[in-house]
Amino acid sequence: MNFSNFLYIGQEVRLIILLVILFLYDIFSPKKWGIFFQKIAIIGFAIVTVCNFIPYYAMHGEIFGGIYMTSNLTSFVKNILNVATFLVFLQSNSWLSSKDRILKQSEFYIISLVSLFGMYLMISAGNFMVLYVGIEMASLPLACLIAFDKNKKKSAKAGVKYILISALSSSVMLFGLSFLYGTLESFYFSDIVFNVNKDPLIILGFIFFFSALAFKLSLVPFHLWTADVYEGAPTSITAYLSVVSKGAAVFTLIFVLYKVFGNIEVIWRSILSCLSVVTIIVGNLFAIHQSDIKRFFAFSSISQVGYILLGIIAGTVQGMTATIFYVVVYLFSNLAIFGIISIVEFIENGDTRIKVFNGLYKSNPLLAFVMMVAIFSLGGIPPFAGFFSKFIIFMVAVEQKQYILVFIALLNTVISIYYYLLIVKAMFLEKKEEITFKKYKINIYNWINLTICTVGIFIVGVFSAIYKYIEVLSFGIS
Amino acid sequence: MEYSSLIIIIPFVIFFLLGLLGKRIKSYLSGLIGTIGVGVCVVIAYVIFYQYFFKIGKTNKVWREIIPLNFKWFHFTDKLQIDLGILLDPISIMMLVVITTVSFIVHIYSLGYMRGESGEQRYYAFLSLFVFSMLGLVLATNIFQMYIFWELVGVSSYLLIGFYYTRPMAVVASKKAFIVTRFADFGFLVGILILSYYTKTFNFNMLIKNNAALVTTLMKGEVFCGLSVITWVFALIFIGAAGKSAIFPLHIWLPDAMEGPTPASALIHAATMVVSGVYLIARLFPVYFFASHDVLKMIVFIGTFTALFGSIVAITQNDIKRVLAFSTISQISYMMVAIGISGYGGCNGSAYMASMFHLFTHAFFKSLLFLGAGSVIHLVHTNDINNMGGLHKYMPVTSISFFIACLSIVGVPPFSGFYSKDEILTAAFYTQPIVFWILLIIVGLTSFYMFRLYFLVFWNHVKKLNVNYVELHESSILMLVPLIVLSLFSVFGGLVPFSIFISTDSMSFHTRIDWTVAFMSIIVIIIGIVSATFLYLKKNDKSTKIAIFCGKFYKIVLHRFYLNEIWLWMTRIVIFKCICIPIKWFDKHVIDNSINELGLIIQKISFSIKLLQSGKLQFYILIFLAGVIGLTAISFILLGVV
Repeated sequence: MNFSNFLYIGQEVRLIILLVILFLYDIFSPKKWGIFFQKIAIIGFAIVTVCNFIPYYAMHGEIFGGIYMTSNLTSFVKNILNVATFLVFLQSNSWLSSKDRILKQSEFYIISLVSLFGMYLMISAGNFMVLYVGIEMASLPLACLIAFDKNKKKSAKAGVKYILISALSSSVMLFGLSFLYGTLESFYFSDIVFNVNKDPLIILGFIFFFSALAFKLSLVPFHLWTADVYEGAPTSITAYLSVVSKGAAVFTLIFVLYKVFGNIEVIWRSILSCLSVVTIIVGNLFAIHQSDIKRFFAFSSISQVGYILLGIIAGTVQGMTATIFYVVVYLFSNLAIFGIISIVEFIENGDTRIKVFNGLYKSNPLLAFVMMVAIFSLGGIPPFAGFFSKFIIFMVAVEQKQYILVFIALLNTVISIYYYLLIVKAMFLEKKEEITFKKYKINIYNWINLTICTVGIFIVGVFSAIYKYIEVLSFGIS
Repeated sequence: MEYSSLIIIIPFVIFFLLGLLGKRIKSYLSGLIGTIGVGVCVVIAYVIFYQYFFKIGKTNKVWREIIPLNFKWFHFTDKLQIDLGILLDPISIMMLVVITTVSFIVHIYSLGYMRGESGEQRYYAFLSLFVFSMLGLVLATNIFQMYIFWELVGVSSYLLIGFYYTRPMAVVASKKAFIVTRFADFGFLVGILILSYYTKTFNFNMLIKNNAALVTTLMKGEVFCGLSVITWVFALIFIGAAGKSAIFPLHIWLPDAMEGPTPASALIHAATMVVSGVYLIARLFPVYFFASHDVLKMIVFIGTFTALFGSIVAITQNDIKRVLAFSTISQISYMMVAIGISGYGGCNGSAYMASMFHLFTHAFFKSLLFLGAGSVIHLVHTNDINNMGGLHKYMPVTSISFFIACLSIVGVPPFSGFYSKDEILTAAFYTQPIVFWILLIIVGLTSFYMFRLYFLVFWNHVKKLNVNYVELHESSILMLVPLIVLSLFSVFGGLVPFSIFISTDSMSFHTRIDWTVAFMSIIVIIIGIVSATFLYLKKNDKSTKIAIFCGKFYKIVLHRFYLNEIWLWMTRIVIFKCICIPIKWFDKHVIDNSINELGLIIQKISFSIKLLQSGKLQFYILIFLAGVIGLTAISFILLGVV
């Protein structure tokens, strides 16, 4: 190992530098400079995000004796997370600017960047210990963020719930890892990949490990925390949870399944098939009767993960490509929705009932339009990106002869369109009780966020180059 | 020649711009933007024409096709992929020139004709959409791309026919045009899908290559319902072409389509869109010739019949635009017949060349006729030729240009129609004599009904008009210039040495005028014109007498052989009563009810499991652990089984 190996972790280094700068600025800057903090954080993070997209020669390699591995695919995946985090930063701006939070602004940015760093570790881990550290590093700051509005009972409660269940899941994971270590006598992926077999202890270890990831993905039956936490957390944090945290977990799951547990593919394929069906169905059934929009999208995101699993089950390069592509599309649609929810919530004094959206088309046609596009994309209605991502996932699954799974998933898309359209109906057809229409004021950050998301929804599907690019990257793995 | 993509992009951008701006800009400005955009397209088209034929020229005595742009649009699998691209070869460049020229002229004419109409912005936006889709259609590199633009053309035609959407007739006509062509396009789509299923490609080049080897080898011996699959496929594709090109019995939409603004009719329903069916068959001609000759025979049969039918009906019609519409039907069938009787290679393929030639000349004189008719309608505010007459002294320029167009369409030497028609007739004379005699009769009929129209509108006696005689005057300069320009095209268009540019095997050959055939056709034309002069030049009641003499037959022809009524009966009784009503019952009682029940059950389940989400953390943890145990159980069961 020499110094140039540090180039492999360029993305991590840049993130850390930004973190340190923000941290120092927060501590040492005079008090009246505090108003610049948000701008510095957002612009700084934008620079980091853009820099990470610039390709350089040393993308593929390992460092620290193989405990940390990077490739073109991992760096692309991290870029996706970066973009999502950036969008979350943009939409949290107005929420953070309110009076009682202005002192805590810096905490929000620093904590979420630490969590993002944990996700980098998860994705690039070449060793179970690093993976575990990464997962913890991603979850613990999240608990702080969920309880960010600690004066609000809901938020504090959600934080406690999250940290308790997260503690449970990490204990289960550690337990599983100890089984794996006991039988395989190593933590290194490269060492154990050939020794993994159908030994009961290994299977047990795998399932315990998998359950902890399933908690992060909120697969049924590990999903019960999702709705409460999503509802209680501040909306921007919900967006972060539902896109960034979930995306990181999906990518980690793919890499670990493909890289380490390839030998017991039969087992995890059948487990994932069961969970995917149950997740899609339960997510849909619960979503129908929700009256709170954040809870509603909590269940919607649960069922979306069910579709993502379909791509992982396929177990081919196309499957992996389809999965990552699905996450990209999901990112834009979901962040557009949460961006709008945060705007509406901010104006309506924290009211997040679906009723609040009644007659949004009359008062704010543009917001209603963007929301509609994003919802159509989630529901998989052409020509929006969501249609293509669903189509590709289904195509990949059909190629692997998973006819029953695809059939059930297709049926469930119909159900999902029903409840998604409930929101559209509320916005376009229902009448608002109050007579005066509020024309919401939307700040520039939110506009940028919504514009990026809408363009993403329109472009990503039709513009096949992105799919092609992911496909090229995916060939390295599996 | 990458710049050729601009020719598609510009109209699309203008459509978008005008569509988005809508009424926010002044109407004349939208017209100006549209006209300038198409003007740029004309320049590009002529540059492409020049570069292709005179700069790049032939390689090995063959006009090579150039694909300056091609990218994969949808890459589903290795087998299924759709490209978008631009294909330049002699016929597509010929079409480029025709489409852009006529559109440009029509745009200028519209500046005068549409002035003051409400919704002018919408009109120019739709025109640009049409130009975009028509150019995309002729430049398509593969049959699927062509299909996409084929549909777009249909949509823009629908939009323009229904431009005056407050008139019920226009709305009905636009719907009719859309439904009938869509019905035909369904055949086209099925044909494409079956074709690509066997050949695994949409690409024209691949299909045509090596005398259509791909089709003949891969689809050989496949039989469906007693006919070979090849015949099915190409008959289905021909149905699509027949729908757009108004071939019997799918022609019924074209006469009604005249409800649209007259300049749009001149562009879409006379010069460009309606010939796209001919263009499609011409594009696939090698495949038709080598793989499915029997379909070509069918095309000749149907085409000849339609040509005869159209010209007979045209004699009796009293609406100036409908006469022209039936004349269009007849002339397009002429082109179809020419393709049908054509051979392959060198002089054998002269009928194919003649068909394209006729398409070229027809585009100019027919749009001239329509624009002339438009000027007349603009002036007297009626479409009925019985209410016109004696207009020559009020609008001499229009009258003379109309006269030139008549001479041209009839085929009087040396006007352009003579050359192209003569080629078709000559080819028919030496290959299929029966077809030749019928075509010759049609030449006579054409000269009769065209001059009937001309005399009734511009000569005869002045009838009672809705407008004051003082107001009768020549149209504005914006409307006259297009007429004059098109007259020039109609006179000199025949001098283009077409056989050098276009042939079945892309090699040049030489043709000359066959004076035997020309002599025969001239005699027939003179008979037609003389009888029209005798009946219609001066006021008399001979024509009414003949109509009474013919009695029932006249009535049947006047009502266009009751084909509209037959189609209506087919749809109302056969389709609605016998098919739709049972399906409706099934849909309402079986499908709706079962879906409703399913929905209710889902709602109930959803409601009853709501309590599972209790908010109690202990319960959550219980479920979590139960999940872990459950997964363990599943995998151990699997281990036991596997």
